[in-house]
Amino acid sequence: MAIAHVSPGTSTHVQPERSGRKVPYLLMLPGLLWLAIFFIYPLINLAETSTKTRATTQETGAFVQTYRFANYIDAFIEYQDQFLRSFMYAFLATVLALAISYPLAYAIAFKSGRYKNILLILVVAPFFTSFLLRTIAWKQILGAEGPVVYVLRTLHLIGPDTTITASSFAVVMGLTYNFLPFMTLPIYASLDRIDPRLLEASGDLYSNGLTTFRKVTMPLSMPGVVAGTLLTFIPAAGDYINAAILGNPTTKMIGNVIDSRFFRIVDYPTAASLSFTLMAAILFLVVVYIRRSGTDELV
Amino acid sequence: MNEKLSPETRALIKAQLTRRRFLAGAGAVGATAVLAACGGAKKEPGSASESSASDSSGTVRWANWPEYLDYDEKTQKYPSLETFIAASGINVVYKEEVNDNDEFYGKVQIKLEQGKDIGWDIVTLTDWMAGRWIRLGYAQAFDEGAIPNKENILAGLANVGFDPGRKSSLTWQSGFAGFGWNKEVIPGGIKSLDQLFDKKYKGRIEVLSEMRDTMGIILQYQGVDVSQPFTEDQFMNAVDFLEKQVADGIIRQVKGNDYLDDMESGDAVAVIGWSGDIFALANDNEGKFEFAIPESGGTLWSDNVLLPTPSTNKKNAQSVINNYYDPAVAAQVAAFVNYICPVQGARDEMEKIAPELVNNPFIFPDDATLAKVKVFRPLAPEEETTYSEAFASASGN
Repeated sequence: MAIAHVSPGTSTHVQPERSGRKVPYLLMLPGLLWLAIFFIYPLINLAETSTKTRATTQETGAFVQTYRFANYIDAFIEYQDQFLRSFMYAFLATVLALAISYPLAYAIAFKSGRYKNILLILVVAPFFTSFLLRTIAWKQILGAEGPVVYVLRTLHLIGPDTTITASSFAVVMGLTYNFLPFMTLPIYASLDRIDPRLLEASGDLYSNGLTTFRKVTMPLSMPGVVAGTLLTFIPAAGDYINAAILGNPTTKMIGNVIDSRFFRIVDYPTAASLSFTLMAAILFLVVVYIRRSGTDELV
Repeated sequence: MNEKLSPETRALIKAQLTRRRFLAGAGAVGATAVLAACGGAKKEPGSASESSASDSSGTVRWANWPEYLDYDEKTQKYPSLETFIAASGINVVYKEEVNDNDEFYGKVQIKLEQGKDIGWDIVTLTDWMAGRWIRLGYAQAFDEGAIPNKENILAGLANVGFDPGRKSSLTWQSGFAGFGWNKEVIPGGIKSLDQLFDKKYKGRIEVLSEMRDTMGIILQYQGVDVSQPFTEDQFMNAVDFLEKQVADGIIRQVKGNDYLDDMESGDAVAVIGWSGDIFALANDNEGKFEFAIPESGGTLWSDNVLLPTPSTNKKNAQSVINNYYDPAVAAQVAAFVNYICPVQGARDEMEKIAPELVNNPFIFPDDATLAKVKVFRPLAPEEETTYSEAFASASGN
């Protein structure tokens, strides 16, 4: 290995080194351009919009730049309930998704044998249909005339007038369902990578199954867990589809407010400042979380 | 009319409605399909002009709401439009592009502001949005005499607040907002807001996200005439009333057109909804649903055809509009869409193609019906902002 590594470097030392230095930048160029055009520029635009105020003409969609940073405070105070609710729902959905995904990923990685690929396909299968359609489907399944309510009513577990949809329960359930693959796949990936010899070694050292899981499997799967929780929590906190389809007016999330401010009321500054506040809040939570969970390889 | 998500949902619902409405108006559509087959197969709308976004070749590009023009499922064409194309030689690209007033406005606003072609020569928008376009100078005035059939407009629609004298807009279709209910659950029906917001139906009542319809009905219930100036206090009182129903859990959702979904699934048992929708739903469900205008008053809304200012196809666009103000053509459309036909004389024409619809007061409203509804007055820009913010807050966002 050492010889193979050294020999090309010694024969043509200077040339590949120089071109090798450019290669990473060239490879990054498309991505950087993409980010600059579709992320940085809109972000600057959004920042500029967020401090505008309505023009004196009061005309719909007419705003002037007044550098009014109080927009942020006003918007946050008015919609703090929705902010809090978004993070609470996203947190609950993440915890639920983790509780469902970990055993699932574990089973696929270690116990599925020749069904492994089929099971993985089944995890990804929901992505073959649109997010929106799947959420609408849940609305039908949980609806007043749907199978779930029918069974529960027949068993007298719920009253004749109780419905499941249009509730916080349905919203959290929808979020959990929709982001489940984002949780399952990273956990599966890190579990699958575990060298089985480590588990054997653990057994050789007289640790039982539970201890092996606690001391070997779980720590080694932590990068997957952290990645999965981030991939679930971040989109869930900003989601508005589930709250709009499965919720009621008292379960609206911050995404619904931003949507309504942008498109219904045409109040761009408030929508922009809410977007920034949401972004900052998520960034803050994520940084704290990554620091505490100590998985440096992710950052 | 909808929340952000509902265009898709709306499209799904409307896809179901196609069949219903097609069956409902089968006689009329069948006849026109034959007409279209006789003379209409010359041009394929959309074929020649997809790419020519800003040319002035005369192709009229029309953005309308879904299921808002007579449609033949078999040929996948619009019979009345085919007939017009064949007779006039004017090509028309018709697209179901407007799913929501706000959403459509959001798409084209910047181009309109810059005076650039928005890709449409005719747009169909609800009164208040049409009013906004006219106020902002985004709609062209019709040429004098270019739409001779204009005089066929119903007297009640000839003079509206947002466009006195109908200089730059004409009604496409109108409808009522009122109560729709499930007769199996509520055999007695819904006549007032007290009955709609009865605790018995807690969590199974829905109201429209279209502010002027929901608030229009609440305001009238509180004794406010929405066609006349009212104060901010009066409006906010009505918002408080709505907010209370939301907080008490009476209102399940504040929704766009997809409230139909919830009525059909049984999740909602009664709604503030739109007339044509409820009738179509009833047709499809053995008359399980009923619509009525509230005792305290409903609203009358209209969607209007407008010519966007940057359009260079004014002449031909006006010919298209003129065609649809021909009573016979208007009857053909009305028989399919089940909404109020704005054209005088269409009723006589309806006699010929679908006599059973002639006495339907929701397609050809009588004076008694019209006396029960009001057109929501135009709001000044600052009112519009304040009110829609308050309405959105009461709806949870």
